[in-house]
Amino acid sequence: MTALLEIKDLVVEFSTPGGTIRAANAVSYDVNPGEIVAVVGESGSGKSVTALSILRLIPDPPGRVCGGEILFQGENLLQYNEEQIRQVRGRRIGMIFQEPMTSLNPVLSIGRQMTEAMRLHLGLTAAQADAKAIDLLKLVGISDPESRLKAYPHHLSGGMRQRVMIAMALSCDPPLIIADEPTTALDVTIQAQILELMKDLCRRLGVALVIITHNLGIVARYADRVNVMYAGRVVERGGAREIYRRPSHPYTIGLLNSVPRLDRPRGSPLDPIPGNPPDLTLLPSGCAFQPRCTHCTAHCAAEAPALLPLGQEHWSACFESEGLYGVAAK
Amino acid sequence: MTQEAVLDRAGAAPRRSSGWARFASLILADKKALVGLVILSLFVVAAVLGPVLSPYDPNAMDFDMIVGPSWTHPLGTDDLGRDLLSRLIVGTQISLFVGVSTVAIALVLGVGLGVLAGYLGGWVDHVIMRYIDLQWAFPNFIIAVYLVAVLGTGLVNVIVAISLAFVDDFARIARSMVLSIKEEQYIAAARTVGVSDFRIMWRHILPNATAPIIVQATVSVSYAILGEASLSFLGLGVEAATPTWGLILSESRSFISRAWWLGIFPGLAIMLTVLSINFLGDALRDFLDVREGRGI
Repeated sequence: MTALLEIKDLVVEFSTPGGTIRAANAVSYDVNPGEIVAVVGESGSGKSVTALSILRLIPDPPGRVCGGEILFQGENLLQYNEEQIRQVRGRRIGMIFQEPMTSLNPVLSIGRQMTEAMRLHLGLTAAQADAKAIDLLKLVGISDPESRLKAYPHHLSGGMRQRVMIAMALSCDPPLIIADEPTTALDVTIQAQILELMKDLCRRLGVALVIITHNLGIVARYADRVNVMYAGRVVERGGAREIYRRPSHPYTIGLLNSVPRLDRPRGSPLDPIPGNPPDLTLLPSGCAFQPRCTHCTAHCAAEAPALLPLGQEHWSACFESEGLYGVAAK
Repeated sequence: MTQEAVLDRAGAAPRRSSGWARFASLILADKKALVGLVILSLFVVAAVLGPVLSPYDPNAMDFDMIVGPSWTHPLGTDDLGRDLLSRLIVGTQISLFVGVSTVAIALVLGVGLGVLAGYLGGWVDHVIMRYIDLQWAFPNFIIAVYLVAVLGTGLVNVIVAISLAFVDDFARIARSMVLSIKEEQYIAAARTVGVSDFRIMWRHILPNATAPIIVQATVSVSYAILGEASLSFLGLGVEAATPTWGLILSESRSFISRAWWLGIFPGLAIMLTVLSINFLGDALRDFLDVREGRGI
């Protein structure tokens, strides 16, 4: 199966007063048609920057894509001109943002905002677009869709707004949707509903989904494959079950250990990763995770490990992976 | 799912009536707006039906010079024996036209420049804003006087001059609004669905910036009417015989100690017009702001 989206060695730099930082440092991952891929990492790991680069939405300046390829359906999006990339946005790749409260224009009706992409990309008339918008609102489980079209964003709750955002992302039947922390701003109960809805719709409509998140619970439940990112690099990749069963990068192991779990005794302390997230202007030589790593050796300080295959559908960027592979997390 | 469905019903979308019906109900609920609408309607009627309504020919002279209000001349007569009421009624047309058309031109030009400068940034912003700064450094009236001196007198030139003098106010307001709105996430979201820069500027950003622009516009209408009056007073406005409020007012200055009516009534006309436009502007701003708690 050829990949729908293939990111190869993407490098994105930002110039800041503190110096140039590499927010994405040779990031590679791919997404197959109809697949749900999670990109996991803490704040500043480069997961959102990579996603924004796909739609060429990195603000330039200060940001700049300085290397790599983003192949979507076989074509390099980085070589598209402004007009061509606009035909991709919304039409071939949909995007869902983190904050449903601020992602809808407060002074335009829901209908206006929903139909805009369809009229723009599919050339529908106002009546056709309205009809399709009503269908989409039904699809994402919003009651009374006809009157919702005339409503304004402040009439809707956070969960409903995120449903509207999902409907908008689906409106032009794109083969790929990128969801950047789609549930972070929502209540826990609504989070589950929204994720369930997204998974269900993607499966039903055959849409591939990239979920960017820092929530490992989401990964376990909804993703087919996982890319773990740290300091602008993918440090571990594999099937979701595989990563959970046999995490082989110390960072992934640390993330999994720091999640509260029902099968451990109540009241037992969490096991956080020591140290702070890295300062991208002051990355250590060699492996970026080395200062916080409990498995660090002299080798790690000298050389940055490459992302190498470890087993069936499993890659890890750590010199110690062989030893960690197969040892289940605590 | 079921829970969300219940929530859905609790906050059912409001049934929105048509725009006109909503505007009408808003005006009826707002006493100030109602007063403004009534007064302005009277002036508009006077402007449209001016020649029919006025009891005398506004330029017909008579030997009843500087006569106070009476049954024959309800608002008195001026130094040439012309009926003040007739002159004010006919003048309504010109004054309203000057006020509204200058603001319309200034608004379109100023908002256009301001939105371009704020949204595009970079050298476009620099070029536009340095010009605006330059204009900002001079009082509006000086600029209008200068422009009339260059263009020549006459009604059209007065309108052009006053509107160009007001461009900087609108450009500044529009630019500052755009600068903050363009960073909002819904603008980024619009970009992700492939909306062009042009559409983002006019269809997504501008509707969020209407409130301060409308306030500025209503204030500017009053300044425009006064500006025309000032220019006319200096002999830089419309021709001497043309009955405009400003001209009548400035001509009255010579007789201010003998004929109070010559100053009071044109001043009252200007004041009432400005007041009613401001009242209506407030209501219009509330109407256009969909966020303001009508709904749930």
